[in-house]
Amino acid sequence: MRKSFGSIILNVAFRHLTPFLMLYGVYVLVHGHYGPGGGFQAGALLGLAVVLVQMVQGTRAEWRIGVSGGIILACLGALIYLAIGLAPFIWGGNFLDYGVLPIAATPAEARALGILGIETGVTMGVMGVIIVMFDLLTRDNGEREE
Amino acid sequence: MAEGVIAYYLTGYGNWWLIGILLLIGLWGIVAQHNLLKKVMALNVMQVAVILYYLNAAQKSGTTLGVLRAGEKVGDVAAYVNPLPHALMLTAIVVALAITGVALALLLKVYRAYGTLEEPEVFRRMQQQ
Amino acid sequence: MNIRIASALVLALIAIAFICAALDLPPAGDHQAPAAQHVSPRYIEMAYQETATRNMVCAVLADYRSFDTLGEILVIVIAGIAIVYIVGISRPADEI
Repeated sequence: MRKSFGSIILNVAFRHLTPFLMLYGVYVLVHGHYGPGGGFQAGALLGLAVVLVQMVQGTRAEWRIGVSGGIILACLGALIYLAIGLAPFIWGGNFLDYGVLPIAATPAEARALGILGIETGVTMGVMGVIIVMFDLLTRDNGEREE
Repeated sequence: MAEGVIAYYLTGYGNWWLIGILLLIGLWGIVAQHNLLKKVMALNVMQVAVILYYLNAAQKSGTTLGVLRAGEKVGDVAAYVNPLPHALMLTAIVVALAITGVALALLLKVYRAYGTLEEPEVFRRMQQQ
Repeated sequence: MNIRIASALVLALIAIAFICAALDLPPAGDHQAPAAQHVSPRYIEMAYQETATRNMVCAVLADYRSFDTLGEILVIVIAGIAIVYIVGISRPADEI
C-alpha cells in the first residue's frame, strides 16, 4: 500500500494500541492452557498488530515486516512444528508423542510444554501468512518490494 | 399442548433449519451472482454455515465451555461441552482464511488482466483477445 | 427465464429437503447425541491427567489430533507461498 490513510488522530492512537495488541497476543498464546486462547488466535492478533502499523503509516512505516520476512516467519513456524514433532524419535517415541521428552518431571507436564511449543509454531505461521496476505493484496500494480 | 410442540421443534431443530438456510444463501450467491468478489463472499457465508453446523452438533444443554475449572482433576462429562468439534472448527477457520487469501489474490490477478470482476464481462473480454 | 429466479427455485426445493432431513438429526443440546458419545467423554475426563492442560480444546487440537494441525499449518504456509507466486511477481497487465 503506497498511500497511508492515517490522519493525525490515527497516527497518535495506533502507537498506544500496537504494544498492547502485541502483549495481548502473547498473553493469548501463553495463557491458552488455562483459558480460551491458543495459537491461531494469538497469530491473528500479532499479525493484526503489524498490519495496523502498515495500514496507518503506509510504506513509509519504520516498523514493517515485508513479504520475505513474513514468508520466512511462516516457514520457521512450520519448521518448529515439524522439529518438535520429530524430536520424540530420539527418545524412542512416536511422531508428535512429546510425552517421552525429558523436559519435565511427568509425561503430562512434558506434553503441556510440547503443546506450548507447537502453539508457538502455529502462531508464527499464521502471523507470517496474515502479514504476507495483507502486504501483497494491498500493493499497487507493478509495485515491487524495495 | 400445541405451544409445547412448537417450542420443542423451534428450540431443538430451529438451529439446524437456520443453518441449512444460511448454507443455501451461500450456495445461491455462488450460483446466481455475477460478480466474482460476491462469489467469494458467498463462499465465506457457506463456510460459516458449516462451522455453525459443527458447533451446533457439539452443543449440550446446560454445559459450559471446554476449559476445566480450577481444582478439578477429572472433568465431568455432563458439565462441559464436547471439545472435539470446537478443535476441528478452529482448523477449519484457518483453512477458510487461506482459501479467502488465495481467492482474493486470484481476483486481483483477474482484475489486473481484464479490468473488471463481472463474470460475463470477463468472459467477453477473454474471447476478444 | 432469469437464472437468478431459476436457481432460487431450485434452492428453495433443496431447502425443503434440508428442513425435512434436519428432523432426523438429534435436537440441539442433546446429551445423548452421537457426537457426544464416542471419544468426547474420554477427552473431557482424561485431558487434564494426560496433558496437564486445562483447555480441552487446546489439548485436542495440539496433542490428540496434532497430526491434523500439522496438515493445517502446512496448508496455510503453502497458501502464503502461493499468494506470493500469484501476486508477488508483478508484471505489467498486458504481458499476461
